[in-house]
Amino acid sequence: MSKFDVSRRGVLRTGAMAGAGVALPTIFTASSAAAFTNEPTGSSVTLGFNVPQTGPYADEGADELRAYELAVEHLNGGGDGGMMNTFSSKALQGNGILGKKVEYVTGDTQTKSDAARASAKSMIEKDGAVMITGGSSSGVAIAVQGLCQEAGVIFMAGLTHSNDTTGKDKKANGFRHFFNGYMSAAALAPVLKNLYGTDRVAYHLTADYTWGWTQEESIAAATEALGWQTVNKVRTPLAATDFSSYIAPVLNSGADVLVLNHYGGNMVNSLTNAVQFGLRDKVVNGKNFEIVVPLYSRLMAKGAGENVKGIHGSTNWHWTLQDEGSKAFVKSFGTKYGFPPSQAAHTCYVQTLLYADAVERAGSFNPCAVVEALEGYEFDGLGNGPTLYRAEDHQCFKDVLVVRGKENPTSEFDLLEVVEVTPRAQVEYAPDHPMFAGGNLGACNPGA
Amino acid sequence: MFGLNKKDTSLLIIVACLTMFAPFILNPFPTDSGLAQFNAGYPDLMQRFVIFGIFAIGFNILFGLTGYLSFGHAAFLGVGSYSAVWMFKLIGMNVIPAIVLSVIVAGLFALLIGFISLRRSGIYFSILTLAFAQMSFNLAYSVLTPITNGETGLQLTLEDPRILGVSATADGSIPVTNLFGLEMRSTFEMAVGPWAFQFNAGYYLCAFIMLAAFYLSIRIFRSPFGMMLRAVKSNQQRMNYTGLNTRPYTLAAFVISGMYAGLAGGLMASMDPLAGAERMQWTASGEVVLMTILGGAGTLIGPVLGAGFIKYFENIFSKINDNVLHSWFSFMPDGMEDAVVFLIHPFIGKGWHLTLGILFMLVVIFLPGGLVEGGQRIKGWIQGRRAKDSSTAKETNPAE
Repeated sequence: MSKFDVSRRGVLRTGAMAGAGVALPTIFTASSAAAFTNEPTGSSVTLGFNVPQTGPYADEGADELRAYELAVEHLNGGGDGGMMNTFSSKALQGNGILGKKVEYVTGDTQTKSDAARASAKSMIEKDGAVMITGGSSSGVAIAVQGLCQEAGVIFMAGLTHSNDTTGKDKKANGFRHFFNGYMSAAALAPVLKNLYGTDRVAYHLTADYTWGWTQEESIAAATEALGWQTVNKVRTPLAATDFSSYIAPVLNSGADVLVLNHYGGNMVNSLTNAVQFGLRDKVVNGKNFEIVVPLYSRLMAKGAGENVKGIHGSTNWHWTLQDEGSKAFVKSFGTKYGFPPSQAAHTCYVQTLLYADAVERAGSFNPCAVVEALEGYEFDGLGNGPTLYRAEDHQCFKDVLVVRGKENPTSEFDLLEVVEVTPRAQVEYAPDHPMFAGGNLGACNPGA
Repeated sequence: MFGLNKKDTSLLIIVACLTMFAPFILNPFPTDSGLAQFNAGYPDLMQRFVIFGIFAIGFNILFGLTGYLSFGHAAFLGVGSYSAVWMFKLIGMNVIPAIVLSVIVAGLFALLIGFISLRRSGIYFSILTLAFAQMSFNLAYSVLTPITNGETGLQLTLEDPRILGVSATADGSIPVTNLFGLEMRSTFEMAVGPWAFQFNAGYYLCAFIMLAAFYLSIRIFRSPFGMMLRAVKSNQQRMNYTGLNTRPYTLAAFVISGMYAGLAGGLMASMDPLAGAERMQWTASGEVVLMTILGGAGTLIGPVLGAGFIKYFENIFSKINDNVLHSWFSFMPDGMEDAVVFLIHPFIGKGWHLTLGILFMLVVIFLPGGLVEGGQRIKGWIQGRRAKDSSTAKETNPAE
């Protein structure tokens, strides 16, 4: 005979447990319904802006962040709309993306792949970001691009100039608007030929990592095709701040052109050292000694001050461009922050608009739909003239600017002048070009 | 239990509970509340907590016990990561061979560096290890690019051979790391009311390994070997004069702690198959020193706490931006809101280093024994009050 006492507490406890048991399955079904990673279900959508806020590229990072904030403002219908008005696609209404208000989270990449990935992961796992963008170094961009491919979100690369980003490390979920080392070389070569002739001897100083190497390779190949000789290629450590010991041997090498494959603080220091050594006043082989900086930016020109005068290089975009898109962007950026945007800011702003536009046209945030919408997409009005997002490697093809340090700057921002706009056809290359071969886009990954 | 005394057993059980229930403990705030910013219970950060916990536990075996301050421990972490990623590239995506190889390689590497560096002690030892680590970093960054892929970091590609697995999955993507089929990234999400708790397979693998590593470290601390190491710390010269050769002991401690670092590196690569050179940079080596000192050098739990503390700041504080601040203080009048945001601004976002630095200084100045000392003081204060209570109770009954 069993005893069966029913107490008030017992009934309550059993009832609560049974209720929880019945409710349990409904709890678990909630998250499994998503068709892809971080599908936005509420009234807003979150984008992740992953930029270097500390470390050597913090200046670029800060400018990128300003551009992202401006882009979000414009997407949500604030401000004057910027380049949304000049963009050839009119899918964006200024009511967010697909009617969802755009929100964003920011992170610090510290210009380290590890930290960048940690920050991107937290955006994806914690904040539910459906797109990650940013990066001011090719190593970081490639690392985060790989992560986004695995996690199933879209990556819109910011400032990354290495051939590898859309070359051997290209990924289906990653897109790059910025130009690359090969394009710099292709744009610079004809200008250098006109300026300095076909009988030159070049000496390369190169930052010792992948970006430096791909650029050195590209520039050497392009200039040798002109008939130049390359006398030496010297690798310098990235952390170097004093380049005098690398400059001295240049004087005795018989070279009459110095190519500085340096970026950021490296370039500022190496150029300053070279000018201090009087390289620019030298006459070698009966010709004036020249210095070339293949990748230029306004922030670098500012750092190098007087020394950039008359030095040639290439850039993705410059704020003095007079097309409607550039003017609109410079105006709204200037109104908000009080100074003109850098090329890093421009590419980041454009990438954000392009992503939003692709989602609108695809009608879905699904990464695979976005990839489809962006692949082979032709657009205009974003500051670089008619541009193509090539399907084979997710690289944008557009005009490239050759610039020169201005002799008589009128303001602290007016440091570079555009020498030539190299047309797109001249910088195009085959997707299986040897400098870009070896990679595989793979298939787009929508995650979950 | 497990050959531990009562106090250590309870410590182990506490750590076990903390790690097992971390998804709950670290997610105290509902997902849609403003304070959700402070939630740390997402897989990546939880993995980092325990992985850097392992790293710091290992470092503490060397620094806490022998007093040898190695400034190059990140090199072993990096070497472990690279070997693990190479296993993923060549063998297959199972994490076991990768972790085993990373421990072995890091151990061998530690044997080599330790053999040379341990000829000196004190600051000279620190400088030697620092030099070796920077050397490894520079090699990995540029010279050894064919092996390490330089600045970009070693990543998996679709062309890797993976002889025991597949180069690419059926849908054309890179296979993911797994433990006999259990994907490391698979996460089970549990929604309870407004809370969302994430249970990640990779995290639990790391947590179990961390518990094993913690247990091993307790055993080392309590063993005769551990006693010998403490003796080295207190007076190595005297030990030498008694005719005892301390080198094998210090070398063993160095290799063990190098293997711990390799294990951490292997786990990092298993959770996220990428190995970058900056993992070996001196800042990374300095970080583990900070973790150990912040938590409490020479204590068992301290390094784990310190690791959690630093990683929390790096990942949570760095992501607070002005927008978030404005949304917190939006209840204030406009001018005051801006003023408050302006005051807090330097300490959040890119200023997380500053906040961490200030806290580190405060801890070192006021709690030289680290966070553990803080805990002990609080405990002592509570017990002291209780003791005072009971003593006053006694005083009311004089013995006479």
